[in-house]
Amino acid sequence: MKRRVPMLIVSITGFLLTIQYFSPHPASEMFYNNALDWLVIIGIFAMPLGIYSMVRIQFHKVIRRSTGWGYSVIALISLFTMLGLGYTDKCLENGTFFMKLFEYVYIPIQATMFSLLAFYIASAAYRAFRARNLLATIVLTSAVIVMLGRVPIGWAIHPLIPWLADWIMNNPNMAAQRAITIGLGLGAASTAMKIVLGIERSYMGME
Amino acid sequence: MQTSGYRQAFRILIIVMLWAATPAGSLGVEPEDAGTGLPVIPPMNLVAADTPNDNGNGITLRWDCPPGDDGSGAVISGYVVLRSENSREGYLETAVLGPGTAKYIDNGPAADPVTGEKIHFIRNKPYYYRVAARYASGYRAVSGASGPVQGRAQWFHDGKIPVLTATVLFFALVILYIQKARLQGSELYVRPIAGMKEIDNAIGRATEMGRPILYVLGLGSPEDIATIASYTILARVARKTAEYRTELIVPCNEPIVMTIAQETVRNAYMEAGHPDAYSDDMVFFVTSMQFAYVAAVNGLMLREKTATNCYFGKFYAESLLLSETGNIAGSIQVAGTDEVAQLPFFVTTCDYTLIGEELYAASAYLGRDPLLLGALKAQDFAKALVMILIVAGAVLMSFGIDWLLEIITVRM
Repeated sequence: MKRRVPMLIVSITGFLLTIQYFSPHPASEMFYNNALDWLVIIGIFAMPLGIYSMVRIQFHKVIRRSTGWGYSVIALISLFTMLGLGYTDKCLENGTFFMKLFEYVYIPIQATMFSLLAFYIASAAYRAFRARNLLATIVLTSAVIVMLGRVPIGWAIHPLIPWLADWIMNNPNMAAQRAITIGLGLGAASTAMKIVLGIERSYMGME
Repeated sequence: MQTSGYRQAFRILIIVMLWAATPAGSLGVEPEDAGTGLPVIPPMNLVAADTPNDNGNGITLRWDCPPGDDGSGAVISGYVVLRSENSREGYLETAVLGPGTAKYIDNGPAADPVTGEKIHFIRNKPYYYRVAARYASGYRAVSGASGPVQGRAQWFHDGKIPVLTATVLFFALVILYIQKARLQGSELYVRPIAGMKEIDNAIGRATEMGRPILYVLGLGSPEDIATIASYTILARVARKTAEYRTELIVPCNEPIVMTIAQETVRNAYMEAGHPDAYSDDMVFFVTSMQFAYVAAVNGLMLREKTATNCYFGKFYAESLLLSETGNIAGSIQVAGTDEVAQLPFFVTTCDYTLIGEELYAASAYLGRDPLLLGALKAQDFAKALVMILIVAGAVLMSFGIDWLLEIITVRM
């Protein structure tokens, strides 16, 4: 019973949502919008679970003096500070302490993490472009042509380089991407059908 | 007196008949545009019809532009769409369109010129339409009325017939192959997936080194197919870590994903016969913010010195930040995602990568359940059909034959 009821709900909902895709009728739209609303409502109710989990883990780290427990103290202080300030009136207006923390602490930290990507790409590209075998050499050659074709110096070296770069992107690259996309589409449809038919049950924590 | 009354009535009747016999297209028409010398002609052949395949909130209008309209605005500066609930009066402007326009779908409000009140389009209500051509010289030629027409909702979108056909066909294939797999058992051949095979070795390596395993479910929401596929692999990994008594760390980005992951790991530990080894601290929520999550997981990798990192699910810009950190830390890494743009990053930084649909095939590959294997076979068969259609379509289109394209085109 504990397993059958949720599976039945999933199967019926999945089947109805499949039918809904083919119907533009307002009743069908209403059903779809209600399903989305339910998703949001469930997501909101799950948030306290997440916060509880986070607080418990960080608190245990502090109590046990685990490796890096100082970071946990900062995480807890940050959480409760923002939570407290978020309850104050007009906290989202410009110039409030809440917004200052968001703009001058959170956004720069986030930008720092994102900017690391540039260096990581360089380091990953260096590893990928080592010409160890034939395939790696093809990757290296294609990458050099595409990179040169995207900057003015490529055209200055030879006018054919930008054309070749576009050809690589629009033909071999596009063909491979489409092949993966078609496979993904069928795979996703197959998984969805397995869920509707009750064959795939991993989403309920069972295999 | 009575005779005079009949005469009066007869005269009124004649006037009404003459008025009704006046061609509708000639209403409000000036004989000639003083600026260009061209005759002032209203939009012709106005047809208002219910917009097909919609929710009833639209009426499609089509008309022929007057001969002077070349789209430049030199002769005709634009068109005004007028709507009324009555064929003869009460027409309100619903849209002002540019020159050269010959089609409009009306679904918006009309403004009352007196009160300024917006009168909304109402489904199933009969409306009449007229379209006025605005001449650059200032003349306004109004077409005859078209209607009454109602916006009606359809229960079935007939432009999606190709999708319905493909869905039914695919569904039938899945059922057929599942039945076949039931008869054959788990004898169906599935090609080896290197990444899947390597997971067991990676867990063994972590056990030997006495270091934890990190499992990242990505940034996807619980309804994403990639996240659902990831739970299956997580169950497999958790069962192995339970058997080997290896530490497992699952930091989550989404509270619902965390709840399901906790349930998955708990069940796996119970199935492995070690429910006591499970703790809710293994699967925990970090944050919903993308880069804050990356910082936390990267910190975990470097502090805990994880021996094996698994990334299965939906990943975006954080894919390289996570996997490159793991690479620098010297961990064995296995990844799989359905985000095509992130695959090159994983291929570059991870030891094994499940490309695209291999992630979805993982549940069948790991479980060896005939039902799951059957669905996988149906998927392969459908892929073969798609390949045949692509080749046939390319050949037919090369010879200028487009009926196949017509059949499979989805009209939204």
